Amino acid sequence: MNSKKFLAFTMAAAMTLSLAACGGDSGSASSTGDASGAGSTSTVESTGSAFKIGGTGPLTGTAAIYGLAAQRGAQIAVDEIQEAGGDIQFELNYQDDQNVPETAVNAYNNLKSWGMQISLGSVTSQPGIATSVYNNEDRIFALTPSASSPDVIEGKDNVFQMCFSDPNQGLASAQYISEQGLGENIYIIWKNDDVYSTGIKDQFVAEAEELGLNVVGDSTFTDDTANDFTVQLTDAQQKGADLIFLPMYYTPASLILTQADAMGYEPAFFGVDGMDGILTMDGFDASLAEGVMLLTPFNADAEDEATQAFVAEYESRYGETPNQFAADAYDCIYALKLALETAGCTPDMSAEEINDALVEVFPTITLTGLTGDGEGITWDSTGAVSKAPKGMVIQDGAYVGMD
Amino acid sequence: MNRILHMKKSTRSSLFTYTLVIVAYVVIQLLRAFREGGVGSVLEGQLVPICAYVTMALALNLVVGVSGELSLGHAGFMSIGAFAGCSVAAALQNTVTLDPLRLALSMVLGAVIAGFFGFLIGVPVLRLNGDYLAIVTLAFGEIIKSLVTNIYLGVDADGPQFSFLSNNNQLGEGGIELIRGPVGVTNSERIATFTAGFVLVLVALFIIFNLVNSRTGRAIMAARDNRIAAESVGISVTKYKMIAFVTSAALAGAAGTLYGCGQVTFTATKFDFNTSILILVFVVLGGLGNMWGSVIAAAALTILPEALRQFADYRMLVYAIVLILVMLATNNPTLWNFIARIREQRQEKKEGAK
Repeated sequence: MNSKKFLAFTMAAAMTLSLAACGGDSGSASSTGDASGAGSTSTVESTGSAFKIGGTGPLTGTAAIYGLAAQRGAQIAVDEIQEAGGDIQFELNYQDDQNVPETAVNAYNNLKSWGMQISLGSVTSQPGIATSVYNNEDRIFALTPSASSPDVIEGKDNVFQMCFSDPNQGLASAQYISEQGLGENIYIIWKNDDVYSTGIKDQFVAEAEELGLNVVGDSTFTDDTANDFTVQLTDAQQKGADLIFLPMYYTPASLILTQADAMGYEPAFFGVDGMDGILTMDGFDASLAEGVMLLTPFNADAEDEATQAFVAEYESRYGETPNQFAADAYDCIYALKLALETAGCTPDMSAEEINDALVEVFPTITLTGLTGDGEGITWDSTGAVSKAPKGMVIQDGAYVGMD
Repeated sequence: MNRILHMKKSTRSSLFTYTLVIVAYVVIQLLRAFREGGVGSVLEGQLVPICAYVTMALALNLVVGVSGELSLGHAGFMSIGAFAGCSVAAALQNTVTLDPLRLALSMVLGAVIAGFFGFLIGVPVLRLNGDYLAIVTLAFGEIIKSLVTNIYLGVDADGPQFSFLSNNNQLGEGGIELIRGPVGVTNSERIATFTAGFVLVLVALFIIFNLVNSRTGRAIMAARDNRIAAESVGISVTKYKMIAFVTSAALAGAAGTLYGCGQVTFTATKFDFNTSILILVFVVLGGLGNMWGSVIAAAALTILPEALRQFADYRMLVYAIVLILVMLATNNPTLWNFIARIREQRQEKKEGAK
């Protein structure tokens, strides 16, 4: 027994040492090389001529797909800017927050001691609410790619969003369904331990009442119960729903589609921007998503040059199609670049000076980004973004504009 | 010096624990006051959570180490303390303006409510003989998580409003939303300070040491070591296990309030099974029944994941391995013999060289 323990101890020690070597490597890797392709936190050695941008996001854990997408999207933008040359250069440092507010604050403090000048906030809503308060107190400008809760920007003059807020999506969804006459009897399946899902659902129900849409029922699930939806689907079927509204991310949505298909139940499905990514999900039969409608700011199959270049670069680096989180983060970096140029900021300025300049400038700029649908993205002084959610329908395994 | 040497072992141990906590507090406060940059922004942000986790570890050690029952749902008590305490703190925002007093009131209330829930669970379960407490507390933690996720609580001039499952509260002018379902609690100000945390840890130590080194504490340990023998000399096992469990639940509630009041926002999902296990890890690593061990383990394991950020993607993996290493190293006679042997050999070589 004792010798076994000893063996276990030696093995563990060996593993730690080998990992220490790995960690050391990725820590010192320069983002100019292809080391950043490994998906590790890549930091460039400080040159003193680049703005230090920090962000927190779930790089590990159940929400890691969103954090990694944002990190990768932002990294591509940073590298593109570096290749193109120019006065404004960035160093990017993404820290893991595991989608927990407490860890996000720790990660934020870590970035602060690294010397972060501009923040990308947090990727997800709950950590975003926590870090945005610190952004506001420390006067470090933040532009979050995807923390969509209105609480993130409320009462903070220097926190801006790249994504449209949760209530806006609920509102737009209800209007879309009403205008296009997509369904008579609507049923909602929502996740009641999630800010994102609850925020969209609440506004959707309020707006549906206003527009006279017939919501026949709703049911909930949580993280722990997201592996079986037969009860919810049976309930929807019994109540005669012909349209099911799914304000959730694509992982549970894919299961709902699969189980509805197995039951032989074929209502129309309507999703929001979290549904984006369902076509590229591993182990999901994309043909089941035929006819699913969703609202998304980003379409990986868009014809324009910028989107195609971004998608090609992302696919060659990471071997998967980028979702809207990656596109939003990519746009964030270019929005910051545009704002910094407009404000005439230089990398030797302190975080607070940059913050004051950007707060002035941000409501005045217009960015033609990947997620702006050609019309450009603007912000108002509260920090909310103004861009229209776009209705898409999945046909032959691709998004097609709905109107 | 002689007096310290001739002290009872338990007195020496508690004296050491108090000294440890006080010295750590003084050193950190001195660094914060006199060194530029203080203790660094990362540690600075972790001071309050560390105090909360230390108190949690002490509380759980009372159940697991001293009374010998396994609780797998202590995060549930922390959750109750956090939500109840923070609601009270927010509701009293305008009536009690002195922050430390408001925090103390909230902590007391958080402790009382968590202790009450501990009592409710203890009544049926602690009468049974076996591992039932572990099963019931495990379920309790999950139930609390699911319930709190659906609570909407607000307060305005007319008094508190409560709704369940969906938000039907109609708050008047100046009303505050205290708990907002899945969004949890969002504090408008963070009133928990490191000093408050330090005081809480001292109070927890004081309560636990006085309990353990009293007649009651000896009865609790007797019931742990041999239930039948304890019953045969007239000790009411249920009563004494209950005292330990309710005290522990109340301390966990106070720790929850401290934690909650130090965060910008927190949700019920934070206090899940993983948190319960994390606290159990603190206790096991520090040693069952060993209070200073719990203090050190809780502080070290809270700092560790942040200290490992340089490992980037491998961070949590390294964390797990370090944990295994420490567990093996602190409890491995073969390793100690191995190290001792190397030392001997070196000494022999040195002597040989002479």
